[in-house]
Amino acid sequence: MNVKFINPFLEGTISVLKTMAFVEPRAGKPYLKVDSIAKGDVSGIIGLTGSAAGSLALSFSEGAILKIVSNMLGEDIKSLNSDIKDAVGEITNMISGVARKNLEAEGFYIQAAIPTVVAGKNHSITHVMGGPSLIIPFDIDEGSFVVDVCLSE
Amino acid sequence: MVDKSIKILVVDDFATMRKVVRNLLKQGGYDDIVEAEDGVMALKALKSQKIDVVVSDWNMPNMSGLELLKAVRADAELTKTPFLMVTAEALQDNVVAAVKAGVNNYIVKPFTAEVLNEKIKKIMESLAK
Repeated sequence: MNVKFINPFLEGTISVLKTMAFVEPRAGKPYLKVDSIAKGDVSGIIGLTGSAAGSLALSFSEGAILKIVSNMLGEDIKSLNSDIKDAVGEITNMISGVARKNLEAEGFYIQAAIPTVVAGKNHSITHVMGGPSLIIPFDIDEGSFVVDVCLSE
Repeated sequence: MVDKSIKILVVDDFATMRKVVRNLLKQGGYDDIVEAEDGVMALKALKSQKIDVVVSDWNMPNMSGLELLKAVRADAELTKTPFLMVTAEALQDNVVAAVKAGVNNYIVKPFTAEVLNEKIKKIMESLAK
């Protein structure tokens, strides 16, 4: 996978969460994932098509997503309820939007589908294109999450 | 000075996002807010009550934000309703399509309360001129 794809998603993730949820996620070192087991308790996944195609998934630990959505809504949310699933879809959509805008500057014109959300321990994420995906790990004080990108030119 | 008693219609298929937008508008001093979950419901709301500004998402099932905008502009009674498009789609072609369809302003997610309320203020001030 082209390393050019890393920064647009990394920047998109930080920008969306900082602006909408007032958290500043710390990025770890990216690595390749070969299995389809999600790294979190709730995941959003969105298909991407165009001059590069594949999918973007975000997988949040319970602690991280409860903090993020509580901040977004200005309410203390204590469990993975429908608000959380709804918000994960919207966060995935927003990050995809910022990343695609950044990729447009690199000459890639990419459209996105409607995001879907999956919850539960050890759920799986199947990327549209198959093959290994790139994981960018993030941390906030309340937990971790990953951005999982599988994109081919 | 912008009249804070205006009625704002927030259109988004995600209930969470409607709540987020509502909270951001409240931070700007706007309290009279109604919601619709897609373009079809938004048109019903627009025909049944006086709405001063529409704040609509772009990507929605049944009727998208762009289709809603076109329907509003094509309706003699609603055609002048101020319309702010809120979207994750910052791509150039989409901005052009929204402008051609008669959008008053455009806001790209993610955005802060300040940016959203500044856009509403600009729309209302341009109408008052």
